[in-house]
Amino acid sequence: MIPELGHFALIVALLLALTQAILPLIGAQRGNLTLMSVARPAAQGQFVFSLLAFGCLAYSFMVNDFSVENVASNSFSQLPEIYRLTATWGSHEGSLLLWVLILGFWTTAVSVFSRHLPDDMVARVLGVMGLISVGFLAFLLTTSNPFDRLLPAAADGRDMNPLLQDWGMIIHPPMLYMGYVGFAVAFAFAIAALLSGRLDAAWARWSRPWTTVAWAFLTLGIALGSWWAYRELGWGGWWFWDPTENASFMPWIAGTALIHSLAVTEKRGAFKAWTVLLALVAFSLSLLGTFLVRSGVLSSVHAFATDPARGAFILGFLVLVIGGSLVLYAWRAPKMLSGGGFTWFSREALLLGNNVVLLAALGAVLLGTLYPLLIDALGMGKISVGPPYFNAVFVPLMAPALFLMGVGPLARWKEASLPDMLSRLKWALAISVATGILLPLTLDGFKPWAVFGFAMAMWILLTVLIGFRERLKNGARLSSLTRSFWGMQLAHLGMAVGVAGITVVANYQVERDVRMNIGDHTELAGYTFTFRGTTEHQGPNYRAARGSVDVSKNGKVLYELHPEKRIYNASGMPMTEASIQIAMFDDIYVALGEPLDEAAQTWAVRVFHKPFINWLWIGALMMVIGGFLAASDRRYRIAVKATAPTGAATQGA
Amino acid sequence: MKSLLFSLLLALTTPVFAGEALPVGEDPAIEQRMIKLSEELRCLVCQNESLAGSHAELAEDLREEIRVQMKAGKDDKEVINYLTTRYGDFVLYRPPFKPLTLLLWLGPALFLVLGAGIWYFTLNKRSKLKETPVDEKQLAAAAHLLEDNK
Amino acid sequence: MKRWLPLVVFLVLVGFFAKGLFLNPREVPSPFIGKAAPAFTTTEVCQPSKLFSAADMKGKVWLLNVWSTWCPSCESEHEILLELSQKTSAPIVGLVYKELRGDSNIDKRKVKELASNEESALVCQRVTDRLQQLGNPYALSILDNEGKIGIDYGVYGVPETFIIDKEGVIRYKQPGVITDKSMQEVILPKLKELGA
Repeated sequence: MIPELGHFALIVALLLALTQAILPLIGAQRGNLTLMSVARPAAQGQFVFSLLAFGCLAYSFMVNDFSVENVASNSFSQLPEIYRLTATWGSHEGSLLLWVLILGFWTTAVSVFSRHLPDDMVARVLGVMGLISVGFLAFLLTTSNPFDRLLPAAADGRDMNPLLQDWGMIIHPPMLYMGYVGFAVAFAFAIAALLSGRLDAAWARWSRPWTTVAWAFLTLGIALGSWWAYRELGWGGWWFWDPTENASFMPWIAGTALIHSLAVTEKRGAFKAWTVLLALVAFSLSLLGTFLVRSGVLSSVHAFATDPARGAFILGFLVLVIGGSLVLYAWRAPKMLSGGGFTWFSREALLLGNNVVLLAALGAVLLGTLYPLLIDALGMGKISVGPPYFNAVFVPLMAPALFLMGVGPLARWKEASLPDMLSRLKWALAISVATGILLPLTLDGFKPWAVFGFAMAMWILLTVLIGFRERLKNGARLSSLTRSFWGMQLAHLGMAVGVAGITVVANYQVERDVRMNIGDHTELAGYTFTFRGTTEHQGPNYRAARGSVDVSKNGKVLYELHPEKRIYNASGMPMTEASIQIAMFDDIYVALGEPLDEAAQTWAVRVFHKPFINWLWIGALMMVIGGFLAASDRRYRIAVKATAPTGAATQGA
Repeated sequence: MKSLLFSLLLALTTPVFAGEALPVGEDPAIEQRMIKLSEELRCLVCQNESLAGSHAELAEDLREEIRVQMKAGKDDKEVINYLTTRYGDFVLYRPPFKPLTLLLWLGPALFLVLGAGIWYFTLNKRSKLKETPVDEKQLAAAAHLLEDNK
Repeated sequence: MKRWLPLVVFLVLVGFFAKGLFLNPREVPSPFIGKAAPAFTTTEVCQPSKLFSAADMKGKVWLLNVWSTWCPSCESEHEILLELSQKTSAPIVGLVYKELRGDSNIDKRKVKELASNEESALVCQRVTDRLQQLGNPYALSILDNEGKIGIDYGVYGVPETFIIDKEGVIRYKQPGVITDKSMQEVILPKLKELGA
């Protein structure tokens, strides 16, 4: 009964989404206020029914209703409760339902926080978001119904993929989707602006906080995904340039470019066409990522069950949404150079430079991700493009981006003076170069990439500090600085911390692969690892051999780690559960390999020393907090009362 | 006598087999080379794991084969050659530079050059542009509303 | 004109994606097509004294089917192989790939402790049981206990089937199960073309 209720709720949500899409868009075009006013209640109703459907699915998972095919394939009676809940979005169907739910959430948020916007703008934004909802709801109902029944019901489920049974996975998908789908808001604002022909500073100001919040969520989602890979995949890696990872990284790069370009459009009225294109691109890449992961055109570790019908549906949807928006762009984007002029050396010029570099990096990732597909489609064979390629092309592209990141915020709008900048920055430049060259000397081995990484991290740190100092010298107090300034500085600082972390861990991590009998020890990075054997361990839905490894330094035992080798009951799938001692400056990571001789308790054991790896995630977290801070700046709230007359004024002008 | 007993006792309490753990491969140098090489190779069965990271049967067999070949004195190039004659370029995570992959390897540089061109032309136009008075007024109005943070 | 550029780029990509929907990214083409089949010598299943080498098949068009009893898709392929053996005069040679060492239900360490003739005897028993039960499409069955021949032929998953011509050149490789469709449309015509 409950699954049928969910199915019914989805159908109602689809009807409401259709209403939300069609009536307000017609109303906005005709200036009909009655039709426009349908947008808010329809959007909120759509959200309520999506939530109801989601609740029904979650309920089916929680009560182990194995007569629902989705539950039978993705859950298991022995699965712990928390994973039964997360299994709701662990499957293809469930994750799409989550997508729909989050889109409904964002739509409702827009409908609530848009009281100050002109009615036709609200109607268009909600209408466009309704169109996207229609596409996804139709996709769910026609090809991927999460409530399909299984007759006769299965006796028990086939269990959730063991890799997903980790608490990094509990919040990673919702956060990632909050980011992906959040770009739909920026997209809808862009479309609405193109439709109404009102691409102005007010549009940029309305889009900005939404974009920044979506970007912050996406950052968090990606960081959580990377953290999950590090903990769960058992080889200590944190980024593999897998198509699925790239699918989330590409919208992030586009979103980062968009945030910066929106700043120019809001403050200077320039780059309007460019900014609106980026807003379209950021969400298009989110959709493209969905297509790449769901359709099976690229093979990936994460690939969901693939089905050409699903692929064809999403591709058709892509053509409609992306193709349609790009046609609208080509037709309606402002053809005149907008905004004021600026010189070769100004904040605008630097921000444009940053955009250019980011987009080149985006192009590189897109090219590497799609190249195997292009070659295959042309019938010219099969190749693989993996981490060695991406590292080789992406890292050098980051150099100018990171450099500009330091200079940009310190340059004046319109016209900055190069000699002035040089005198303000010469010390920072000197210290950064010196750090880059000298710091690696104190560490194990001189590595060229370490020089680059340290110099860049120091450069960003120093320029952030200079930014604060100059503000304070000009009479500002720390408490009087705007949240948007704090947010930007914190995010930039987060980047510095992240770069420092990546630099250290990529260049100075060490690992050993050893065979260990009870009592055997091995040394790594000053730590002694002693193997104390394994014991049988019974988990809720798995059996495990649980090892004990003492980690000591100078003869003193510091930690006891328990890496596991698990066999999951339902799938029989073996899993390596690494044991990690987390610390500010280094992680100790132990993973059990294969038992080499069960009787004598000899195991292959992999031990890693991962210095500064946590800086990577701390840095990402700083970016996230920075994003939220910036989005909560007072001026977006002041604007609540003030924009309406300005909007009218601009329209008149 | 007493010291002899003591050392006997010590020998009994210390497990005889405990000691410095041995690397998994017999020859650590070869093991290191093997891991470094197989990190750049794609596992064919699981497909999105490297040969070094995979626990698949075939990956284990191939790692063993690489060890054997290295022990026989083959250099990395010969080992890679051995694998590509059997599985094609598909096993290489670093695609070889050849006509087919020209665009792949030069693409990123091309994008950057293209971007630099756009940057140049935009700035060229912009620097000649005079501020339109309307725009100034609009900006002033916006600046008034915003907390201008100069 | 340049504002149409994003649309043009997107549409070109869509063309590739549409094509990509009908391709299998997991299928790795064999680099051996058109090349001489790698030489090997092994023994027949159940007959340790009888040697078999690829060169013995010179002058014949033949099929090399890589399989094992633990592989479920090989079991589902069995029927079509029987049908194929009826429809062609080309002999099908069954290469029994890692029969014991590849079976995830068997502890590999224990297999490695076996003497090679003990291992082969066990393989003989398992293969004979299976062929008695399902029928025997093979002209002969040969051993690849360690999977070395499999590696030399670039096998990355069982079953796989190679078509080798009279000169000993590999003309076709079918990764995965032979379906009725691929038998009718590809394999039989190919065998005919090669003069089997």
